[in-house]
Amino acid sequence: MTPTALQTVGLVRRVEGEVSTTLVDGIDLEVKEGEFVAITGPSGSGKSSLLYLLGLLDAPTEGELYIGGQATSRLSDSQRADLRLSTLGFVFQFHFLLPEFPALNNVLLPMRALGRLSPAAMRAKAVALLDSLGLKEAVNKLPSQLSGGQRQRVALARALANDPQILIADEPTGNLDSVSTDQVFSILRDVARQNRTVVVVTHDLGLAARADRTIRIVDGKIAEQSCGPHTTG
Amino acid sequence: MSFLLEIAWTHVSSRIRQTFIGVLGVATGVGFTIMLAGLMQGGQKDIIHMLVDTMPHVTVTDERISTADQPAEQFYGASQAANLVAVARRSGITNPSQVISAIQPWLPGSIAPSVKISAMINLSQERIGVKLTGIDPRQEEHVSKLVDKMREGQLSDLNRAPNAVIIGEALAKKLGARVGSNVTISTGQGISISGPVVGIFQFGVRDMDEGQIYALIRTAQVLVAQPTLINEIHVRLNDALAARDVASQIEGQTGYRSVSWQEANADLLSVFKVRELITMLVMAAMLLASTFAIYSIISTITNEKRHDIAIMKSLGIKERLVRLIFIIESVMIGTVGVLAGSALGYFLCLAMGQITFTNPFTGSKEPVPVYLTITDYALVALLSLICCAAAALLPSWKATRVHPVDIIRGAS
Repeated sequence: MTPTALQTVGLVRRVEGEVSTTLVDGIDLEVKEGEFVAITGPSGSGKSSLLYLLGLLDAPTEGELYIGGQATSRLSDSQRADLRLSTLGFVFQFHFLLPEFPALNNVLLPMRALGRLSPAAMRAKAVALLDSLGLKEAVNKLPSQLSGGQRQRVALARALANDPQILIADEPTGNLDSVSTDQVFSILRDVARQNRTVVVVTHDLGLAARADRTIRIVDGKIAEQSCGPHTTG
Repeated sequence: MSFLLEIAWTHVSSRIRQTFIGVLGVATGVGFTIMLAGLMQGGQKDIIHMLVDTMPHVTVTDERISTADQPAEQFYGASQAANLVAVARRSGITNPSQVISAIQPWLPGSIAPSVKISAMINLSQERIGVKLTGIDPRQEEHVSKLVDKMREGQLSDLNRAPNAVIIGEALAKKLGARVGSNVTISTGQGISISGPVVGIFQFGVRDMDEGQIYALIRTAQVLVAQPTLINEIHVRLNDALAARDVASQIEGQTGYRSVSWQEANADLLSVFKVRELITMLVMAAMLLASTFAIYSIISTITNEKRHDIAIMKSLGIKERLVRLIFIIESVMIGTVGVLAGSALGYFLCLAMGQITFTNPFTGSKEPVPVYLTITDYALVALLSLICCAAAALLPSWKATRVHPVDIIRGAS
């Protein structure tokens, strides 16, 4: 039986204000190791909010999130940061690369923060990672010197730098052309094949169909789940 | 840690104009603070040197600090006396040679007896009240700087003529006297003598140059009709700052009140303290003002770097590390500013030292006194760096409190 990478139990995210808004409304979800899950839904349905909760970027109002079997609701900010650094990788719609640093240094950033490897090993790994994503020529280029697709692939390399068990991506192809979109999705697919969990929010139903499972969110709730062609059971 | 340094360096080096303004702000603050410290210390040291030069480091007076031994104590093994007060009459130091012999072996300096009396000096129609100090020229040259302050004649000239006196330059001008003029000295005891002016000195201190004259001890004793009177013993120490301790030691040993130069000028020195405090506050204000430049720059950078902060936090880099980046940036700008400011301060001090002013009393041209030690530089530099680091605390704290999700949502 495949171990569980992510599990939510009654996950709720409510924003209090003059009018209380429920972004995520009692979601129960289980994602296995090596599973590629796409989350879809209309704008404002709560899919990104769910993703931020899964990525420990936000804290639930109610419910519990388990990452690798570990409950996370009682973790301190510092512990959550440690868990993000070592276990999770993020890719966003906007690449969010540090503009003054070349691609290599952007990829090195999470490695250096984690400090598991020697400087030489980090550098070798970062170069290899960029190379594997077709960015050999872009190693020393600044983000401003790269195309949109290249920037997003550098962001992907950065997300994979610490060999995260879970990769979380929020509309990673939202700003890309069809060729780059296809490239990025192929990479995500490859990551999942390496027995890592990938959770992607996307509007593109065609791409979502390439995932192992598609979860449709409406009004903060899971409205529908379907298995894709890659499902192995 | 090195990646934090790298990010910080990239931020400051890619904003040359802002960084330059920050460096300029800190350098100006540090430079002028150093100059102010140099002027303050120079002024104080100048005055203290003047005090230390013009007066004995310790003056042993003929005032008893306790009542004298009672006759009963001399005849009986045990006695009791009540309500005794020290005799107000001061007839000089009893057996001064013995007192000097008792002090001399351990004293880290020189010692000389003297007689201090009040007198009137007149020449033609001018009649002026003065303090006359009777000295032994051979011993006096070891306990005072009078020898160096002689403009005309020498101390030893006092021995060349009966009742000879040495007077200050300002007094000589008032009297219309010069070397060779015959002046008359009289005292309250109704004794009057005449003698020549054999020397003229200038300390550059009004009280001394207008109101002090020197004669031989014997002359002073004649003027008060006390042929064995010694009422002051002057002490000059190898280390002028040890005067307080030596004075209390002499007092304890001899029973005579001994006054250090610090005690004699306590009022002036306490004014220095107030002045020092005011100067410190002004310097602190200057340093503080210079750190506002840093505050402004770090605020701008943190504002521009909101996306970077958000992404670093989302990657799992701890908030305190992200905050540290901006503190390092502030310290980097501060360090360059401190170095430039130290150089600026040094040149400002040099420039100040070139400025001369006319002493209204002596009429001589004197340079603005400036004095700085490496400790002062280090202290100003350290304070400035602390201020710079502190200036980055608030903007970096505010910036890193930002919730990554808010930024990420806004950018998407």
